[in-house]
Amino acid sequence: MSTVFLYALVGVGLFILGLYALIVYTHLLRKILAINVMGSGVFLILVALAGRTPGESPDPVPHAMVITGIVVAISATALALALMLRVQAETGRAELPEDPLE
Amino acid sequence: MEAVTLLQSVFDTVLGLALLWLAWRALASPDLFRAIVLFIAFGLLMALAWVRLDAPDIALAEAAIGAGLTGALLLAALARLESRNETKMLHKNDNESEAHDQGC
Amino acid sequence: MIRGVDKQTPFRWLLMVFLSFLTVGLGYAVLSLPAQTPGLSDYVAENIENSGVSNPVTAVLLNFRGYDTLLEIGVLLLALLGVWSLGGITKQRESSPGPVLDMLSRMLVPLLILVAGYLLWIGAHAPGGAFQAGAVLGAAGVLLLLAGWRPGARFSGLPLRITLVTGLGMFVAVGIVLILVGRRLLEYLPPFAGALILLIEAAATLSIGITLAALFLGGRPEVGPRR
Repeated sequence: MSTVFLYALVGVGLFILGLYALIVYTHLLRKILAINVMGSGVFLILVALAGRTPGESPDPVPHAMVITGIVVAISATALALALMLRVQAETGRAELPEDPLE
Repeated sequence: MEAVTLLQSVFDTVLGLALLWLAWRALASPDLFRAIVLFIAFGLLMALAWVRLDAPDIALAEAAIGAGLTGALLLAALARLESRNETKMLHKNDNESEAHDQGC
Repeated sequence: MIRGVDKQTPFRWLLMVFLSFLTVGLGYAVLSLPAQTPGLSDYVAENIENSGVSNPVTAVLLNFRGYDTLLEIGVLLLALLGVWSLGGITKQRESSPGPVLDMLSRMLVPLLILVAGYLLWIGAHAPGGAFQAGAVLGAAGVLLLLAGWRPGARFSGLPLRITLVTGLGMFVAVGIVLILVGRRLLEYLPPFAGALILLIEAAATLSIGITLAALFLGGRPEVGPRR
């Protein structure tokens, strides 16, 4: 399997790992970490698939999109962390309540 | 040469597996501080992956923003989270000991 | 941690089955893509001489898809607005930085500013550019904040806000000037494209660095008394 598809599959794996952690854990900081891992997986897929060009240099448009994506991800993470601290100030815990399914 | 491409494939496989394993360890670790530190290491390995994929601009951005600044933000938030937990515990203990004294 | 796990065991098995299906589906979708495709790289290669820079990623970011970059800088500013609207900074405890942090910050911060300037300049024809330089500047800001430095009370009011808005403002200003000259939004005139890109990148670098450092601070700084 070529480099491109190897990294694309690793990206899919990271996305699924992040999605599982996002759904299963209740602590807000873990959810933020999970979203970042999902984002990294998506970026890996994008950039890996950009390397399929017939020439030497890869397609630069997905590279630009991923740089934009990294900056947007840190902005969202910063805002999410501020919201998490505010949730803790208001309710006393930074976790979502655990409720069993009926 | 055959040997070089074989070496590259082995390196890519090891890097891919290391990325998946680090991500899982970071997300599943019981201690939050350890989780954040493993996440920073994950970010640095991602920078290596970007270099392997011929994306040096992204590697620079990921090393600075993805690993460095995100890690700093997460650690600062964790510190604030735990300091507020501590002050709450201290206040709770003070209230309990006051109630004890009044009871006796 | 297992204690913090939501939802009972049968739901988790259902979730894992669903995610396995999703993994197989996504993996199949990714692997069934064609092994070779030029994507948009041909278009970029054709037009790169008129773009004003020779690094294709910078050309895409600042010229061909410049509007996306404008909005991205806007998103950074929006996130800072959100963080500031959630409260001010907690009072800083008086503590001096240890000797290591003190010495390192004195040595590293000027070096980081120099590296940021280099990355900004070299972004036109080698890997680099405004975002990488802005991130390094942000790292210098974070190092200063960790060592206990805070911006002076007089700087934290209007001057700070003006510096934060400069990146987005310069971008929008260049776009509007180009409209007034008769071109479309952000359609640079080919002889001036390189200079315009450098101008926009310089303003953006400053803004991005200060925004990232302000995001680390986590709250609205107190504004000092006006003289």
